[in-house]
Amino acid sequence: MSDPTMWMIWPDNAALSILVLALIAMVVLYAARAPMHAMLHSASQTLGGPLRLAARWLFGVAAELRARNKAVLLAQGRRETGQRIEREFERLALLVGRDLQGYPTLQRKLLEEITRVEEDYKKCGEVPPPPPDWVDAVTAVAKIKTGGGEVVQKILVDIRQSLESIHDKALAEYRRAYQTRHSILEGFMPYWRSLDKTMKQVDKNMTGIQDAAAAVDAQMATYKEIAARSDEAESQLTNSAFTQFAIAAIVMAVALGGAFVNFKLIALPMSEMVGASDYITATLRTSEVAALVIILVEASMGLFVMESLRITHLFPRISNLDDRMRRRMIWISLTLLFLLAGIESALALMRDMLIADKQALLQSLATTPAVVNEGWLGHIPTAGQMVLGFILPFALAFVAVPLESFIHSARTVGGALLVHLINALAFVLRIAANIVKQASRALVHAYDVLIVLPLLAEHLLRTRRNGAAAGAGERVDPRESTLHPLS
Amino acid sequence: MRIRTLAASFALAGLAIAAAGCADSRSHAQAVYMLVDTSGTYARQAGKAELVINYLLGTLNPGDSLAVARVVNRSFSEKDIVAKATFDTRPSEANAQKRAFRGRTEAFLRSVQPTSHTDITGALIQGAEFLNETGAGTKTIVIFSDMQEDLDKVTVRNFPIRLDHIRVIAVNVTKLNTDNIDPRRYLGRLDAWHKRVMAAGASEWKVINDIERLNGIFANS
Repeated sequence: MSDPTMWMIWPDNAALSILVLALIAMVVLYAARAPMHAMLHSASQTLGGPLRLAARWLFGVAAELRARNKAVLLAQGRRETGQRIEREFERLALLVGRDLQGYPTLQRKLLEEITRVEEDYKKCGEVPPPPPDWVDAVTAVAKIKTGGGEVVQKILVDIRQSLESIHDKALAEYRRAYQTRHSILEGFMPYWRSLDKTMKQVDKNMTGIQDAAAAVDAQMATYKEIAARSDEAESQLTNSAFTQFAIAAIVMAVALGGAFVNFKLIALPMSEMVGASDYITATLRTSEVAALVIILVEASMGLFVMESLRITHLFPRISNLDDRMRRRMIWISLTLLFLLAGIESALALMRDMLIADKQALLQSLATTPAVVNEGWLGHIPTAGQMVLGFILPFALAFVAVPLESFIHSARTVGGALLVHLINALAFVLRIAANIVKQASRALVHAYDVLIVLPLLAEHLLRTRRNGAAAGAGERVDPRESTLHPLS
Repeated sequence: MRIRTLAASFALAGLAIAAAGCADSRSHAQAVYMLVDTSGTYARQAGKAELVINYLLGTLNPGDSLAVARVVNRSFSEKDIVAKATFDTRPSEANAQKRAFRGRTEAFLRSVQPTSHTDITGALIQGAEFLNETGAGTKTIVIFSDMQEDLDKVTVRNFPIRLDHIRVIAVNVTKLNTDNIDPRRYLGRLDAWHKRVMAAGASEWKVINDIERLNGIFANS
C-alpha cells in the first residue's frame, strides 16, 4: 500500500507542504516557460498546418471543379440551345413554305377582287341625268299672270298636264337608275366577304410566322447569353438541370416500379431454366440475376430503338448511321424486343402454372380438399400476367428518354453537389485548424496563469529596470514584456 | 490536376470496396435426414411422423435433400433408408419428386412393424454420413423418437460419434410410463442426449414436442 502522505514535505502540515510544492512547481514551470511555449506553438503548427493546407487544397479543387462544371454546363447548354434553334428554324421554314407558298395566288385574287370592286364603285358613281332645261321654261310660264283669260287658263292647264306627265316619266327613270345602282351595290357583298376572308387568312399566316420568329428570337437571346458565359445563363442552366434531374428521377422511379413487377413475373419461371438452388451472393439467386438480365436486355433493346429513331442521343455512333442502316437497326431491335416480350409472356404463364403446381402439392401434403376451379374467373390473373409480360418490355423501352435526361442532368447535379461537399469539407478542416490554433493559445495562457507569481515578479523587476534605464537616457523597447507572451 | 488526383482517390476507394464484396461460394442447399423410431409402442406414432415428413416436403426447396430412415434394432445401414432424394433444381421437377417421395414414405408408414430394439446412435452415424455426402450448407437430423435407446447385447455403440456442423432436432419425444412415475428420467434422458450430441460437434440441439413449432425452425433456415 502506498503512503498517501508520501508527497508531503511536512507530513503533519499538508497546507504548508502544498504551498511549498506549489512554489517549487511555479519556479520550475517558470524556468521551462520558453520551451513550453515553443512546444505548444510547435504542436499547434504541426496539427493546424496540415489541416490548413488540406483546406486550401480542397478550396482549390472546389474552384477548379466549379470552373469545369461551368464549362461543361455551358457547352451542353449551347449545344442544346443550338439544336432547339435549329428545330425552330425548321418549323419556321415549314410555316413559310406552307403559308407563304400560295401567297402570289392570294395576292392576284386580292387584286382582281379589288379591281372589280373599284369598277362597280365607279358604276355606282354615275348620277342620274340632270333635270332638263325646260325646268327654267316652266318657271317662266309659272310667272305668267292669267288675268282671268280663258285661253290663257286653258294653255296653262295643258302645260300643267304635260309637265305632270313628263315629271312622272323623269321620276320613273330616276327610280330605275337608283334601283340599278342598288343592285350593283348588292353585288359587292360576296366580294367584300371574300376580301375579308382572304385578309384574315393573310393575318393568321403572318401571326404564325411572327410567333415562330419570336420563339427563334428568344432562343437566340439564350444562346447569346450562353455564348457570353454569363452567370445568369449558368444559373438558369443549373436550375434547369436540377428540374430535369428531379423529373427524370421521378419517371425513372415509376419505370423501376414497372421493372420490379416485370422481375417478379419472370424470376420464378427463370428458375426452371437456370435452376433454383444456385446463388451468386448469400441472398441473390442465379435465377433472379437471369431475370434481371432479361429485363436489362429488354431495356437495352428499347434504348437502341429510341436511339435509332433519333429520339435519344446517348450513342452518337447510332444516330450518325446512315438512314438505311438505322432502319435495319430499328427492325432488328424491334424484332428482338418483340421476341423477348413473347418469351416474357410465356414465362408469366409458366409462373402461374408453377404456382398452381406448388399449391396442388401443398394441398395434397396437407390432406385438405382442393380448391374448386372458379371457371373463367380463375383465368383472369393468368391472362393479366401474360398481357403484362408482353406489354411491360415495350413500356420499359421508353425509359430511354428519362434515362437520357437523368444522365445529362446528373453530371451537372452531381458536379454541383460535389463542389458543395468539397467546400463543406474544406470549411470543416479550416475550422479544425482554427480550433487547434486557438487551443494552443489558450494553453499558453493557461500555462502563464499557473506561473503568475514569478511573472509578476519579473514584470516588476523589468519595470524598475526600464525606469532606471529611462532615467539614464537608455532606449527601452516597450514590447519587451513577458506578461503578454502572444502580443 | 487536382480533380484527377481526387478522381483517382475515389476510384481506388471504389476498387477497395468492390474487392471487399466477393462472390458467395457457400452451398445454400439444405439437407434433412429424418429418423423414424419404429420400436415397440412408439410405432403407433407413425401418423404423426407422416405430418412431419409432409411438412418437410412442403418446406424444402429445389436443390435440397431429404431422406427418411427407420430406427430399428441396428440402424447403421443404408437398407434402413426408406426414401431419399435430392430434389431437382427445376421447381416443376422437384414437385414431381416430392410427390413420388411422399408415395414411398406413405407406403412405409402404413406397413410399419414394431421392432424390439432401438439403435438411435447407429441411425445418427448413418444420418451424418448421408448429410456430409450431400455437401449441403445446412444439415439437419430430425429424430422422431422417444429417445429411449435400447440395444441388444451384441451391438456396440458406446463410443464418441461425429456430428460436426449438424443440428439435431428431436421431435415428438413422448413420455414413457416410467417417465410419468419419475419425470427426472425423462429430463435426464434428454439431457444425456443433449450432452452427447453437442460433444459430437453438433451445431444445435433442440427438442420440439409440438409439431406445429417446426415451422419456425425450417422456415428461417
